[in-house]
Amino acid sequence: MAVIFDKPRSLTDVPFSFCGGCAHGIVHTLVAQTMDELEITDKTIGIASVGCSVMAYNFFACDMQQAAHGRAPAVATGVKRVHPDRMVFTYQGDGDLAAIGTAETIHAAARSENITIIFINNAIYGMTGGQMAPTSLLGQVTQTTPKKRTVESQGYPLRVSELLSTIEGSTYIERCAANNVKNIRATKKAIKKAFEIQKQGGGFSLVEVLSNCPTNWVMSPKASMDWIESDMMPCYPLGVYCDKSAERGVKFDA
Amino acid sequence: MGTKVLLKGNEAIAEAAMRCGCRYFFGYPITPQSEIASYMAKHLPARGGVFLQAESEISAINMVYGAAGSGARTMTGSSSPGISLKMEGISYIAAADIPCVIANIQRGGPGLGGIQPSQQDYYQAVKGGGHGDYHTLVYAPWSVQEMMDLTVLSFDKSDEYRVPAMLMADGTLGQMMEPAEPPPFQDPPNPADKAYATVGTEGGRGKNIINSLYLDPHKLEEVIRERYARYDIIKEKEQLCETMYTDDAEVVVAAYGSAARIVATAISSLREKGVKVGLIRPITLWPFPQKAFDTLTAKVILTVELNMGQMLDDVRLAVGGRIPVEFYGRPGGVVPGAAEIADQIMKLV
Repeated sequence: MAVIFDKPRSLTDVPFSFCGGCAHGIVHTLVAQTMDELEITDKTIGIASVGCSVMAYNFFACDMQQAAHGRAPAVATGVKRVHPDRMVFTYQGDGDLAAIGTAETIHAAARSENITIIFINNAIYGMTGGQMAPTSLLGQVTQTTPKKRTVESQGYPLRVSELLSTIEGSTYIERCAANNVKNIRATKKAIKKAFEIQKQGGGFSLVEVLSNCPTNWVMSPKASMDWIESDMMPCYPLGVYCDKSAERGVKFDA
Repeated sequence: MGTKVLLKGNEAIAEAAMRCGCRYFFGYPITPQSEIASYMAKHLPARGGVFLQAESEISAINMVYGAAGSGARTMTGSSSPGISLKMEGISYIAAADIPCVIANIQRGGPGLGGIQPSQQDYYQAVKGGGHGDYHTLVYAPWSVQEMMDLTVLSFDKSDEYRVPAMLMADGTLGQMMEPAEPPPFQDPPNPADKAYATVGTEGGRGKNIINSLYLDPHKLEEVIRERYARYDIIKEKEQLCETMYTDDAEVVVAAYGSAARIVATAISSLREKGVKVGLIRPITLWPFPQKAFDTLTAKVILTVELNMGQMLDDVRLAVGGRIPVEFYGRPGGVVPGAAEIADQIMKLV
């Protein structure tokens, strides 16, 4: 009998602890599939962050370090400088990467640190119970914006991919989404490309994945996937924001 | 005897660190420790290492976390306000049981304070500093020679116990030049030899996780108790202290680092006049050299520090009321002269 779908070898047997309907599990699977296909699991060191993504160190089969809130790109830098021949990736949410870890993110990009960041943007702090993130939308109700996020009180959402694309050190920045099969396949392709760039020494790569939080958005899984399309994408358009891989000597198999 | 070299204290730390196999330095500029970073920047790449100027003290210590967890000898250096910023990372490093060295070339404070020498960070260094139940090994040099020797010891003991080590100096020790004999060259450790290190699972090596999160409180308690069992061994085996003229001393001065240098000068001149005064100089601030205090027979102890009285608490705990303990200190970066200290000693004779 032909196997058409299997659990990636780069995931452990530890059951995901994510809420029902959350796309974290999907993105974990995509990262693990990428490691499987590139045959790099035993040559990879992952960095887990703080937030819903914190347990990533239990889910990936590769060596892992767990970083303080926002510090994953700095920790990844330390790992990569000791082991330049290893693959190093971080897996971070929007509070971790775009609020408390803004400096670490921007400067890892500026150094063109040869690491890959998987950035989950679900416009909310999930683990702590649904507070406003820097990426929360105008008009979004959260625990800390109970009367909606307004420009007057909280200012504007931060567009990370656009921001990082202005940095010379960024080699590859793409925004994807995990809301339907087509977009999930595109996300997989982007993650694999980012890892391939790192493998060839191409420098800093980040894949932003628009994701959902049915629990804290107070929506059904289906409604939350639709909300990514209807409400998040107008603020966060999908696309490649930066790709200097060719000029930095990266070659892809046809 | 090897050849002595003339170096600033800060440069001596950097030279000794490289000689004992440190190949990864992550730093951020701050007075009065900047020579550690600039010496590393000049010499480390040529010795096959990485010097990286981080975007912040916070990033620097987290780069150390990553490199330490990857099995390397690694360090950072800073001064008081910068050390405060590193405290989050030091708590994580202590909690992840990984070795590294942090040099604190103290200056006056609190807040931005000043840039003159101080010992204001004693509490922060020996009582925690970051959040949680943990300790760092704390070594307090008083000469450029000890800046070298204790740098090597900091790395060795940090490795041995998997506890971060802090080198507690100050602006005087960092900036002054003295001849000193550098330690012998050692090869850097092979990260793959470190059982805990994240080096990749290639070759069937089991998965390693560098982590400080334990959601089960009972498991977390178990981990903390295991760490404290190691701390007990450290307290038993690693106390270091120097004494001068304590056998017949009626007044013993307790001081460490550059304060102890000034005190020693004062004591030498008083001894020439027949005053029975001695010095007890803690070299490890944590573990505090309790045992050396147990044997003191002085009538009074004078603790001298470049602060408002911090080690004073540990001296009092060490003698447990057996000997009265007085204090003299100058905070804010003011450095007293030997005559000023001698006057204070004479008040107690």
